[in-house]
Amino acid sequence: MSTPEVAARELTYGEAVREAIAEEMRRDPRVFLIGEDVAEAGHPFKVLTGLVQEFGTKRIIDTPISEPGYAGIGVGAAMTGMRPIVDVMFGDFITLAMDQIVNQAAKVHYMSGGKLKVPIVFRTTLGATRRSAAQHSQSLHAWVSHIPGLKVALPSGPYEAKGLMKTAIRDDSPVVIFEDKMMYRTKGPVPAEDYTIPFGVAEVKRAGTDITIVATSSMVGVALGAAKLLEEIGIGAEVIDPRTTYPLDKQAMIDSAKKTSRALVVDEGYERYGVTAEIASAIAEGAFYHLDAPVKRIGAMDVPVPFSPVLEDLTVPSERTVFETAKALCRKA
Amino acid sequence: MTTRAIEPRMELEANLHMYRQMAKIRAFDEQVNELYKSAKMPGLAHLYIGEEAVAVGVCEALRRDDLITSTHRGHGHCLAKGAAVNRMFAELLGKEPGYCRGKGGSMHIADPETGNLGANAIVGGSAGIATGAALSAKMRGTDQVAVCFFGDGALGQGLLYEVMNMAALWRLPVIYLCENNLYGEYTPCGETIAGDILARPRALGVHAESVDGQDVQAVHATMRRLVERARRGEGPAFLECKTYRYYGHHVGDVNREYRTREEEREWMSKHDPLETLASRLTTQGLADAGVFERILTDVKAEIDGGVQFALAAPYPEPNEVDQDVYA
Repeated sequence: MSTPEVAARELTYGEAVREAIAEEMRRDPRVFLIGEDVAEAGHPFKVLTGLVQEFGTKRIIDTPISEPGYAGIGVGAAMTGMRPIVDVMFGDFITLAMDQIVNQAAKVHYMSGGKLKVPIVFRTTLGATRRSAAQHSQSLHAWVSHIPGLKVALPSGPYEAKGLMKTAIRDDSPVVIFEDKMMYRTKGPVPAEDYTIPFGVAEVKRAGTDITIVATSSMVGVALGAAKLLEEIGIGAEVIDPRTTYPLDKQAMIDSAKKTSRALVVDEGYERYGVTAEIASAIAEGAFYHLDAPVKRIGAMDVPVPFSPVLEDLTVPSERTVFETAKALCRKA
Repeated sequence: MTTRAIEPRMELEANLHMYRQMAKIRAFDEQVNELYKSAKMPGLAHLYIGEEAVAVGVCEALRRDDLITSTHRGHGHCLAKGAAVNRMFAELLGKEPGYCRGKGGSMHIADPETGNLGANAIVGGSAGIATGAALSAKMRGTDQVAVCFFGDGALGQGLLYEVMNMAALWRLPVIYLCENNLYGEYTPCGETIAGDILARPRALGVHAESVDGQDVQAVHATMRRLVERARRGEGPAFLECKTYRYYGHHVGDVNREYRTREEEREWMSKHDPLETLASRLTTQGLADAGVFERILTDVKAEIDGGVQFALAAPYPEPNEVDQDVYA
């Protein structure tokens, strides 16, 4: 005799992405996916395996290696009644499609006085430590977060991967969603039923009273690991995941920092001019008179991502660096 | 018997309509130049004068629900596809009743109601959009055709070849319409284009032709063939229209050091699109000078009314500035 599934069902991050896309494609015939190696190959990270068998090559469309070309085709399809998901295999390759993302997709609605819409999702990756060197390892979400007209989502786990993808597909504006390629095999609870995660609403991943750690994407896991270490030395860290860098839930982070009086921001993009700077300034502006220490931030080291593992590991924020920085902020030697 | 009597008259009416459309575009852009010179228009504009037969010959071969993408030199495309003069002027002056509520301006006029997906200020930037519109038409099961207008300057952009490749692979109903006016901005195309232009699309398996872009009847007849071909599902085509811009790259480019006045006179006197059509219809005994004069008078009244509308129209309210960033 079997019991109804009430306990949390677990999926990997990659499976959660695939389930979101499949469910949305079943729900809405306007949704299709286009990109390199997305059909029979199921994507190099195997995230899309099985989709072409269900939806066929007319809706899971393999393209030549032409990022600007198929990104532009996605924009045109979105402007004329379809809802494309444009698959950009590595986040580093958005640089190739930047005109289509920044000058076309992001601006069409505004430039047309609101008459044209571009309901498009660019799904791509971020994250280092895969030993892929400088052109396959960057986290370039700050680039698109800078552009009015774009929304940017950073799922931090399987639950978020499904819920944010569904929200992105249903949004009438262009969304860029960055999946951490190191997390595709990470497992976590994912509801089997339909759900979405609203954009612009941060989630408190762990409550605490001594320091606020704002972390994005896989840095949420790093921050939660650091929070455990901090707890062992008597520091209660509150970990907040903004989930989207635009719209950005500034108030949730400000409110938390007011409560804890200290804040640290962790993100895997380059530190300079990065997402950490934007969030840190929002906290500094909004919670200044409640802060007992300057807002600190940790991003990726400002170097091209090196190949050698011993060097690459130095470039990304780690549990240890987050722990040490938070400890110092709390003046614990 | 009766049908044989009607057909030439319908053909004449179609030709006179094309003449009127070309005259409207010319008068529109002459007025734009006046607005610029009298400092009534913010920014710059790229005049279409000299190239009217291309936009009109192409758009008269399209249905209202067929789709176009346009360029920085796009006023002619918008008008030929059916945009109204008054809202065009209003947009150029940054006024509220403009096609984009004053947020787009000369280089970004979009009018979905007439199938115009927008002018684009990135050279070649709309090649993807037009191709995507064609993919969308195919997926949605309509028989719409998409036309991508671009200049010879866009032949230097890689995007164009990427999307032509995909359009050929997927047999998309899209026509790549190259307006070769011999100059990419301020540089003669001989300095920027290697080899044979038509060899480029042909290498990708895209059907390619060239036509005299100053002859609206020739452009129209060629386009009708290519549009029908695309509608039947026979795939993309590339049409080079050899044409000439009478003015500079934009209204402020008055010295035009990169070309001779003699060359300009040659094009204007021997290859003018309006003159070419008018003299042909006159020689054939189908119309006389009075017919064309009446059209020009009508057009002038429409242009005058349009510009008065735009000058009197209100600017957008300040609170419009952050509206429509997101849908």
